[in-house]
Amino acid sequence: MNEISEDIKKDLKDQPKFQDDIGSKNQDHHSFELGEQSFLKKIQHFLHGNPTIVPVIILILSVIGFGFLAGGKFFSAFNLSLIVQQVTIVGILAAAQTLIILTAGIDLSVAAMMVLASVFMGKLSVEMGMPTLPAIIVGMVAGVLTGAFNGLLVTRLRLPPFIVTLGTWNIFFALVIFFTGSQSIRSSDIEIQAPLLHFWGERINLGGFVFTYGAFLMIGIFVFLWFLLNKTAWGRHVYAIGDDKEAAELSGIRTDRMLVSIYAVAGLVIGIGAWVSIGRVGSVSPTSFYEGNLDSITAVVIGGTSLFGGRGTIIGSLFGALIVGVFSSGLSIAGLDVLWQRFALGCLIIIAVGIDQWIRKVSN
Amino acid sequence: MNKFRLFIASLISVSFFSVAAVATEACLITKTDINPFFVKMKEGAEARANELGIKLSFFAGKVDGDHETQVRAVETCIASGAKGILIAASDTKAIVPVLKNAQDNGLLVIALDTPLEPITAADSTFATDNFKAGELGGAWVAAKLGPDGVANAKIAMLDLNESQPSVGVLRDQGFLTGFGIDVKDVSRWGDEDDPRIICNEVTNGNEEGGRTAMERCLQKDRDINVVYTINEPAAVGAYEALKAMGKDDGSVLIASVDGGCPGVTDVKRGIIGATSQQYPLLMASLGVEAIKAWAEDGSKPENTPGLEFFNTGVNLVTDDAASGVESISVQEGMDRCWG
Repeated sequence: MNEISEDIKKDLKDQPKFQDDIGSKNQDHHSFELGEQSFLKKIQHFLHGNPTIVPVIILILSVIGFGFLAGGKFFSAFNLSLIVQQVTIVGILAAAQTLIILTAGIDLSVAAMMVLASVFMGKLSVEMGMPTLPAIIVGMVAGVLTGAFNGLLVTRLRLPPFIVTLGTWNIFFALVIFFTGSQSIRSSDIEIQAPLLHFWGERINLGGFVFTYGAFLMIGIFVFLWFLLNKTAWGRHVYAIGDDKEAAELSGIRTDRMLVSIYAVAGLVIGIGAWVSIGRVGSVSPTSFYEGNLDSITAVVIGGTSLFGGRGTIIGSLFGALIVGVFSSGLSIAGLDVLWQRFALGCLIIIAVGIDQWIRKVSN
Repeated sequence: MNKFRLFIASLISVSFFSVAAVATEACLITKTDINPFFVKMKEGAEARANELGIKLSFFAGKVDGDHETQVRAVETCIASGAKGILIAASDTKAIVPVLKNAQDNGLLVIALDTPLEPITAADSTFATDNFKAGELGGAWVAAKLGPDGVANAKIAMLDLNESQPSVGVLRDQGFLTGFGIDVKDVSRWGDEDDPRIICNEVTNGNEEGGRTAMERCLQKDRDINVVYTINEPAAVGAYEALKAMGKDDGSVLIASVDGGCPGVTDVKRGIIGATSQQYPLLMASLGVEAIKAWAEDGSKPENTPGLEFFNTGVNLVTDDAASGVESISVQEGMDRCWG
């Protein structure tokens, strides 16, 4: 206590010095005035208020940039819509991942959950003769249950989500290999026995742009989650928990219940993604999307959501996924070696997080 | 009396221990345990080991290229008193000193599927010739296209991954060699400058990767008419992409490698044009037999005459045979397939 009053005395002693300075030109270190801000500061303030603008700008710039670099093969209606097709699955995983990351958590098992759900859908309908729609529902329920499982481990065992989902990633993946013996369920068999599984892979041509139904569903999922996060109490609670879990608890939010529900909702999204993935890949492939876990995190981070929780928009993750797709496609068509796609991705992540950190520093 | 009983008791217990110790132990270390090829190899090894009374332990890396896990597996194996190691090495150079250590400890080292570098680092190698596997596919495509087609071909190369594991390099370079293209440096893919090669994209050996890689290639050139694929799942993914562009009409020749039953079925259904069939079950059972022989009388297996390894063979499976290129029918491929 004595030390504190010492500090206050020290500050009081310093006060006259400040007042002496009022007439001088050097006012910036204690000024709240905005008028003398540099251009950079103005940008920083603007971005702080509208963080989703960053990935949008990066997306537009990269599309234009690759249009010059890679030419008409990149910048065609067909290719641009193809990119949307290519990022659909990662996009859906990123939507689920955003929910988790907003709570200051992280889910390393999203792709394994998705593949497990798709294995249920495929095995039950194609190999065991269950009617397709019930099999799909079982798969989605599997998604919800595995999500809730993650949530329960996080809340009951009080373990960091990183560690929990590191464990469940391995568990779910091992189960996938166990159930399938690493063998895929073939596209042609699915076409005969359970063609509904391919539904989201059907394409429609809109004036040169070719979209899959799955791409529309992905956008629908993002819109729905945007609504959930921004227009409902549930969504507000998600941000509150991520911002400061204890404060949320103290303000009456039942954080443990909320967290389990958040992980379960993410699991439902992943279950839907499983159905869409069968349409995209054609077969139920146990070894596909092996890097999907990290890809989804990449999309979320590039989309501007902070890994520290409480900050970020769901739509940002959609742009993040699109940016990754644009870079991969653009670099490939421009003729660069495959490893440069990986290199570019690494740089993108660091730049995205760097910009996010810079925007946060507004009040300094 | 007491001493006599003690003597009999110890004799019995010693003989129990000896009986228990007689079951030979061996280890199988594969590159991964998720690639169906190695899943089948493991099953083949397990079946043969059970028949011969050998206790087999299994290890696998997490991905093709995961060298560290294999090193730990070898060390564990030595410590457990195994008589032999069967290994499909992820890093065929770096694993050599570790295996030498095993040999110094009296273990027999058998390389499966992929020869070590140098090949003599293993006591014996039961391999498949991945280069030949690719070569057969390339020669088949070339024969199908004829001289004009070969000169104007547009080829998509769908490879494994950026770190270029040996299986990926051998199959890729073999294919190009069989087709008649100068491969420049045969120890890596992607350095060729032949304008007929439209792209080198990576697939991770699965359907999803195959699909995306094929789409990227088609974006560079819609008129691709030859597709080399690292394995059948990648080929299936590529086919989906071609189908989406309306190119599943037989105008594109897809060649692949592996010869698993699903893959051969895809040849039957016209999805894959021809695939080079390999025999992981045979490799595994021969390897297990070799360890049994070593444990019993210290004998080592013989190599295929003229080769530094025992070639378990590779056959091109297709119902659309090309003149001058040896192949077996799809029916025979189905009889001999694994998985």
